[in-house]
Amino acid sequence: MNPLETHTRRVRDRGRKLLVPYLTGGLGAGWTDHVLAAAEAGADVVEIGLPFSDPMLDGPTIQRASDAALAAGATVDGILADVARIDPGVPMAAMTYANLVFRRGADRFCAALRDAGIAGLIVPDVPVDEVEPLSRAAAAEQLDLVLLVSPATPAERRVEIVKRGSGFVYTVSLMGTTGERPALPESAGALATALKQLTDLPVLLGFGVSSAAAARAAAEHADGVIVGSAVMRKVLAGATPAEAGGFLATLREALDRPDD
Amino acid sequence: MTAPAVDARRPTDDGRFGAYGGRFVPESLVPACDEVDRAFRAAWADPAFRSRLDEILTGYAGRPTPLTPAHRLSAELGITLLLKREDLMHTGSHKINNVLGQALLAQRMGRTRLIAETGAGQHGVATATAGALLGMATTVFMGQRDIERQALNVFRMRTLGAEVVPVHTGSRTLKDACTEALRHWVTAVADTYYCFGSVLGPHPYPWMVREFQRVIGDEARGQAAAALPAGTPDVVVACVGGGSNAAGTFAGFLDTPARLIGVEAEGGAALSHGTDGVLHGFRSKVLQNHEGQIAEPHSIAPGLDYPGVGPEHAYLADHGRARYVTVNDTEVVAAVHRLARAEGIICALESAHAVAWVLRAVTTGEVAPGATVLLTLSGRGDKDMATLMELT
Ligand SMILES: Cc1ncc(COP(=O)(O)O)c(C=O)c1O
Repeated sequence: MNPLETHTRRVRDRGRKLLVPYLTGGLGAGWTDHVLAAAEAGADVVEIGLPFSDPMLDGPTIQRASDAALAAGATVDGILADVARIDPGVPMAAMTYANLVFRRGADRFCAALRDAGIAGLIVPDVPVDEVEPLSRAAAAEQLDLVLLVSPATPAERRVEIVKRGSGFVYTVSLMGTTGERPALPESAGALATALKQLTDLPVLLGFGVSSAAAARAAAEHADGVIVGSAVMRKVLAGATPAEAGGFLATLREALDRPDD
Repeated sequence: MTAPAVDARRPTDDGRFGAYGGRFVPESLVPACDEVDRAFRAAWADPAFRSRLDEILTGYAGRPTPLTPAHRLSAELGITLLLKREDLMHTGSHKINNVLGQALLAQRMGRTRLIAETGAGQHGVATATAGALLGMATTVFMGQRDIERQALNVFRMRTLGAEVVPVHTGSRTLKDACTEALRHWVTAVADTYYCFGSVLGPHPYPWMVREFQRVIGDEARGQAAAALPAGTPDVVVACVGGGSNAAGTFAGFLDTPARLIGVEAEGGAALSHGTDGVLHGFRSKVLQNHEGQIAEPHSIAPGLDYPGVGPEHAYLADHGRARYVTVNDTEVVAAVHRLARAEGIICALESAHAVAWVLRAVTTGEVAPGATVLLTLSGRGDKDMATLMELT
């Protein structure tokens, strides 16, 4: 088993809900301080976005963050060099789009991630049917390739996806792009529950987890949550690492005390 | 000459034309693409569907279009130039061929709403037209920059009852409109059909759109057989944005000895200047930097202002079955004027790319004296009058 999955299973088996914040890489000179602050605030894994010019699955907040990072000169190499210099004490996973992976070549891309100390990879526009070459490249570098399940995924495909994915199962809570929502749809919890019956991988819910209340609701069914736009909106508005970490600490608190 | 050993008649079941194509979309869209694929295969094999489409194409949209000998221009150039007149189609371009097919398919699938991206606005107008004809709500995504330079088509879409959504991201042109339409589709797959405007997007779209456009090539082949002593032209030429009018035209001539030429805009030439990449759900040639960030193309013709190209063209280029060339904005504007004065036809800036290449190729000898050239004139130029007025 690869290091990311070993970690996510261990956390889950300890009875702790996983908190996985997403942070856009290369956004401002001190951006890695946000990664360190997130880990400090109780993140179990930190997702690092490698910005792409045409992020098909991202809503306005992460689009803005990606555009701002690229406008400031962010590159994959630059972000990975920054990442290689920090040790947040929890695993990091990269999230990006297919073109950045295939432009470099899946093998070289995965090797570069590993060299930078990254343990997992999420590429939302490479669905399970197209995943073969990337799966092989990731496995060769002991990277976990995290696959997504959507509310639209038919039952037979769910089986295939949880079999081919590793690290954790990324459960998309709703039919839409990333972005904040007032609350999670009822169906999200049911989907997470169904997936947990299919696999022993930790099952996390993401997309639209925007508040402590939503995180707490998600954790009733899932093994944890992924939080992106809600953090990135604060970062874009100028939140310091301590302030963004403070927000994540409220989610940590909500996950740790489900009954409050 | 024997027929070339290239089989682009059908992609593989997973939508590959050689190494290109495929389906690189978020999981949320995979079942929707599967459903379109199944529905298209069934419809295309169903004589009732085919005859309904034929009926609308002829009785409503104006098929067949003529193959017009360009007498005066031919004499000036010393060649025989035949124009396949897609500019005479209802709504003013070949886009309607594809849209009527997809809209009928959407209706057959029980969808009640159409969405589309548009650059020049021609695909948007065609989709709005099909929406009105079939009683389906229509939303068109269009880059803010294109909204400004194609105001006439925006007004046409709204007159037809469509909603036009401005897109403010990126270069604010076709690429961004397409990304935004895909984002929207994720939220609306249950009742909404995405009507792609070219041989682009996830499988089955590149193949399906080519099939709906092959009527251009099939008709032209029959017309050329009647018009030319040799039966087939020496050269077949069409402009290439995403590549639908070219793919539809080429489909009729792949198994002939005709040289196939696709003409890209110098500032948006994915085949001539691009590298392997994945954009908008498919693998093909893409304009991008060394890390894979997509470049922002620039062309006077909004319909060619796209950083990618349909996967079938990348495949035909690799196998040498078609050749892809570029012309610049200056040559294109000159070509519009030359054709207008010689033949009384004001063509679209996109179509003028094909004309401009012929004008140049005659002087360089790439098209030999006495050669026969069949050129698809993909659309009429009304939409571009404001652009041309600014230049004079
Ligand atoms: C008149 C005309 N020709 C050509 C094109 C380019 O599209 P394609 O390459 O798919 O034929 C467009 C696109 O908007 C167009 O309006």
